[in-house]
This record gives sequence, C-alpha cells and structure tokens, in this order.
Amino acid sequence: MSALVDEELVERPPQDVSLPRIEPHATPEVLSHLRSPKTLWCPGCSNGIVTRALIDAVLSLELEPERTCVIAGIGCAGRITTYLKWSTVHTAHGRALAVATGVKAADPGLNVIVVMGDGDCVAIGGNHLIHAARRNIDVTALVFNNSIYGMTGGQMSPTTFEGDRSTTSVYGNVEQAFDICELAHAAGATYVARGTPYGYTRLAQLIAGGIAHKGFAFVEAMVSCPTYYGRQNGIPDPSAMMKRQYDRSVPVDKFDRDGPRLHDRYPVGVLHHAERSEYTAAYAEIVARVQGEAGDRA
Amino acid sequence: MPQPRRLVQGNEAVAEGAIAAGARFFAGYPITPSTEIAEVLSRRMPQVGGHFIQMEDEIASIAAVIGASLAGAKSLTATSGPGFSLMQESIGYAAMAQVPCVIIDVMRGGPSTGLPTEPSQGDVMQARWGTHGEHSIIAFVPSSVMECFTLTVEAFNLAEAYRTPVIVLSDATVGHMREAVALPTPDELRIAPRGEPDVPPEEYDEVMSTVDNILPRPALGSRYAVHVTGLVYDRARGGAPATGTPAVAEGLGRYLREKIYHHRDAICRVEEIGMEDAEVAILAYGSVARSARAAMRWARRQGVKVGLVRPITLWPFPTVAVDHLAEQVRTIIVPEMNLKQFSWEVQAAVRGRAKVVDHGRVDGKLIRPEEIQALIKREFYYHRWEETA
Repeated sequence: MSALVDEELVERPPQDVSLPRIEPHATPEVLSHLRSPKTLWCPGCSNGIVTRALIDAVLSLELEPERTCVIAGIGCAGRITTYLKWSTVHTAHGRALAVATGVKAADPGLNVIVVMGDGDCVAIGGNHLIHAARRNIDVTALVFNNSIYGMTGGQMSPTTFEGDRSTTSVYGNVEQAFDICELAHAAGATYVARGTPYGYTRLAQLIAGGIAHKGFAFVEAMVSCPTYYGRQNGIPDPSAMMKRQYDRSVPVDKFDRDGPRLHDRYPVGVLHHAERSEYTAAYAEIVARVQGEAGDRA
Repeated sequence: MPQPRRLVQGNEAVAEGAIAAGARFFAGYPITPSTEIAEVLSRRMPQVGGHFIQMEDEIASIAAVIGASLAGAKSLTATSGPGFSLMQESIGYAAMAQVPCVIIDVMRGGPSTGLPTEPSQGDVMQARWGTHGEHSIIAFVPSSVMECFTLTVEAFNLAEAYRTPVIVLSDATVGHMREAVALPTPDELRIAPRGEPDVPPEEYDEVMSTVDNILPRPALGSRYAVHVTGLVYDRARGGAPATGTPAVAEGLGRYLREKIYHHRDAICRVEEIGMEDAEVAILAYGSVARSARAAMRWARRQGVKVGLVRPITLWPFPTVAVDHLAEQVRTIIVPEMNLKQFSWEVQAAVRGRAKVVDHGRVDGKLIRPEEIQALIKREFYYHRWEETA
C-alpha cells in the first residue's frame, strides 16, 4: 500500500525488528538527568513512568545528553521539558513537530525527541503530525495518550473513546476516537509502536527502537489520567486504571486486526517498520550535488 | 569590486539580502505576493549550504524558523496578510522566548483573502500588536528594491543584537517592482554573527543578559543546557517557569520591552528630505513614500516649503523624529494605504502641536502624487498655483 508513497520503501514484518537492550538505571542516576524531581503531575498519573522509560532508553542507547534535544508542546505531557536536564524546548500548543523539523533541518546531528499529548498531537497539531510522517524526518515522536485534556481539567480529546465521559462530553462522547498509530502509519511514518506504562521495560525498548530508527518514528504510550479520566468514567483508582490498560493491550503478533478495536483492545509492540529515504539525508544530497556542480563550473 | 547594476525585483532583493546577512534556513508557504522570495531561496539555500523547506502552512513555517534559529541557524520566513495572521501566535513565542528571526510580510489588501495581488499597508498595526500580550517588536518598511536588500540585512543584524523577531513590512508594489541596482558586496556590509555567550556553560545564566548587554542565545545541542519556553520564566533560574511569582513576571515583561525601547534611538531610522525650511511635512513610508517624494518635489517647484519625513523603522515608533517634526511644521500630511493606522500614532505623538492630515485608501491602488499634491494645495491656500503639468 505504501509503495505509492515511495518506490524504495522496504516493508519489514514488525516481529523482525530487533529492539535495543534496555539497562534499567538506578534512581539516583535517573534523577541526575532531571532539573527537579518535583513535577506538577497528579498522584497516580503515569507520565512519570514514561519519562523514566525515556531516560532509560536514552541512557541505554548511550546518547550524548548534550546532543539530545527534547521538544514538546503544551499540556501535561509538554511539562516534561521543564524536568529533563537536556536541551529542551517547550513550544506553543501543537507546534512541537514543526519546531522540531526546523531544529533537525538546521542541525541534523542532533537527536531530536518530540513529546506530545494526544490533544497536542492529533487535535491542534494533527497537520504537523501527518506532514512530519510524510517527510520521514529523523525525529522520534513520543505521545503520552491519556485520552483527555488534563491540564485544562478533563475535556474530551480526539482520543477519548466513544461513549466515555468528560467535562465537555457529559452525556457520553459521540465521536469516534483516533487510532493515532494507524494515522501515523498511513501518513508515512516508518516506525510505529505502542506500549503501556504497565509493560515498563517493553515501553522503554519501543522508545529506544524509535530513537535508533533512521526516519520518522512514532511511539504511542497509553498513559492513564485517574484524576480526570478515571474519576469521570468510574475507575478512579490509578492502579486499576493501569491494569485495565494492560489488560486491553494485545501483543501485535496475537492481535486480530479484523476484530473489535480500540476501546476494548489494541495492539502493542512494533506495529509497523519500514525503510525509506530520510528527509535531512535526502536534502544533504541535494546540497552536495548543487555545491558540487558549482565547484565543477569554477 | 562592486557588483554590476542589474534589474532586480524587490522580493528577489529580500532573498539576496537574507543570504548576504548569513541566513541559512528558510521555511515558508506559497502566498501571493511573497512567493518569489521562497522560489529564489529554494534555489539559493542549497548553493550556500543552507536549508529551504516548504512547510504545510504558515503556522508550521514560523515554528520551523524558530526551531532552526534555536539550533543556531539564522532563519527567516516570508508571507503576506493571511499567512502573517496565522503566524502571530508564534511571533509572540519568539518575542517571549527571545528567539532571533526575521519575518518578511509582503502586504496585500485585506482583511481575509482580500486583494491578493494588490498592495496595501494594512498590516502596520498587526505587525505591532498582532500577537497577544505585552511585547516589543522591531519593524522595517522598505520603499525601494535596494532597501529590500539592505533592510533585510539590517533586520537580521537587529534580530541577533536584541534577540527578537524582526518584521520587514514590504508590500505588493515594492515586492514586485524591478529597479536597476548594484547590490552591495559582502565587504560593503556589516553582518552581526551568531555568537556564543562569552561565559562558560557552568557559569552561564540567562539573567546575565541586561538591557545594555544582551548575550547571544546559546544553540540547542551546544555545551549550554538550554531550556526554552513560552511560559513566563525566571531568567535567574535557567529559564524555569515562574507563573506563580508576580514579581518575576513583571520583571520579565518589563525587560522584554526595555531591551528594545532602551535602544530606540539606535534602532529608529528616518530619512528626511527638504526638511531644513519646511512649513509642511509629508510623513510617508514604504511604496507611498515614492509618491510622497514626487509630490514634495512638485511642491518645491511651485515654490512652497514642503519636506518629506520617511520612517524606515515603523516600530518602535520614531518618537524623537516626530517630536522634532511637531515643533517645526504647522501641518503633517500622512498618506497611507490603510485608514489611519499610522496617522493615529503620529497624532498621539504630535499632541496637538501641529495639524495632522490623514489620507488613506484601501482599494488596492497606490496613492498617486496628485492626491498628495491636492492635500498640499489646501495647506498653502495663500499660494498662487501655476501648474503647467
């Protein structure tokens, strides 16, 4: 299907991907990568678990912290830039991927990781997601999908499941939720993965796999918001919420793609993996060719 | 050796000015009448080892420009009214986070889709107050092809010096006009480099920048652990958010204003012609200043004392020049392709010391010299007019 996008696209069966090994790092070392151990995330929020998974992934890949840049938008997830001690940019709402495109184009040697919430990524920033995926620019997009707008107090988002309640869908959401991984895949992302905080090591591996991948990598972390999502939908207990997410996740090789979707069960693991020309590398070839031609004439 | 004189279009001169100023990143989206800037830079950027990207919209374009600038590349975008409107949120981000960048707005008739191929000066106030919140901004307005080049260079220099977005307000006439010019060579230009703070990373703090000594912004991925945010931040604590500390918010807000306004005299540029003995002045900017100059020359041939004051910097407002003007002349004629956007500001600065005559049109047509001449006639009603032409 994606052959239409690029003739040189090489599809790989997801189970063929060898993910990097994760060395769990001790808490003091993890903390040394934070500006502050205090966050504004609520008790029971799983954003902190994904943040630690990201740190474990970056350390396991032995990336230079100085050359690792985290760019995020607005919302609970976006606050990660305040906490991480690397180069960080807290952009305007929805614009993280567009800012990251400029950063990566200007300095292709940087490791660029983009953190977004679900509203940030597929509501206000949806246009940037599909175009970053289409360009196959070498950044890793990590989405903290809590299916709700947490920072503003629990409004429905494009990933709120049909029928679920929020402060702006008090009678139940009539809209269908986005499957962001399917969207990223269709738009041209060459690495697409989904994980849960409950499966911590696997999640860290999936993030590391995305960072190691040359091209646009999309990793969706299904996080839980007991404060706003849980309480409005009858599961206020943080551990019950995390467990439910885990129960609903099905390893991709066991997942029946024709069966019922999303609300009750969703595939986790590397959902899609392919190789195709990466944007900054392709542009660098043009620069070399143009400058070479100019040199030939001189 | 100077470059040979050749016919150059205003938009092309902007693009060449950007390259000469050291810009190595452009992001944009096609829009009339600015598109030639993108077209020229898509060819020129790879030649100089820079990067051109056509983004999915203007919101993405200014965001990518901010990203590239943070990563160390001098960056610009070019657009027109509708795109300029879309960029406003991130222009505010660049002002707040102090990201040097240049925005070229080739003005066309508006509001909305308006008059895509006709000139206008309707974005004067949008350039100043288009983004929400208290902020400072610098805006230049070229009135010739040569100025499209030189003011683009100057825009980059000031963006670096004051760590701020700088806007160049061109218009459809200036942008699409062709004039024979010998563009300056690199040795004829002063180019402000993108530097690093002269303080080691472990000692560097944002608060070291003062109104009198603004340190360069360290690049992302440099040895400085950079944090950039659009939230109110504490300059003394590595730019950490400080939304709960009114004193910090007040201090930042005033700093962001003062770092530009304190240097107003150095930033504001005004051209004055025939002002030595003028009784009446025409204050005009951009393409309208060309008609104003013709009208002024006509008036001088008629024997009446008319001068021209041409602000090259619109923002910050050239207060000193207008103050001086108010003391000298009895009437200031302000023709502009909008309805009083700048003349209100002039009137406020003049404070009743002279009469301010405004003249505007929003039909997409240039203000002709004859229109200004008619206004001049009214101001010298005692004069015997002997027109030959």
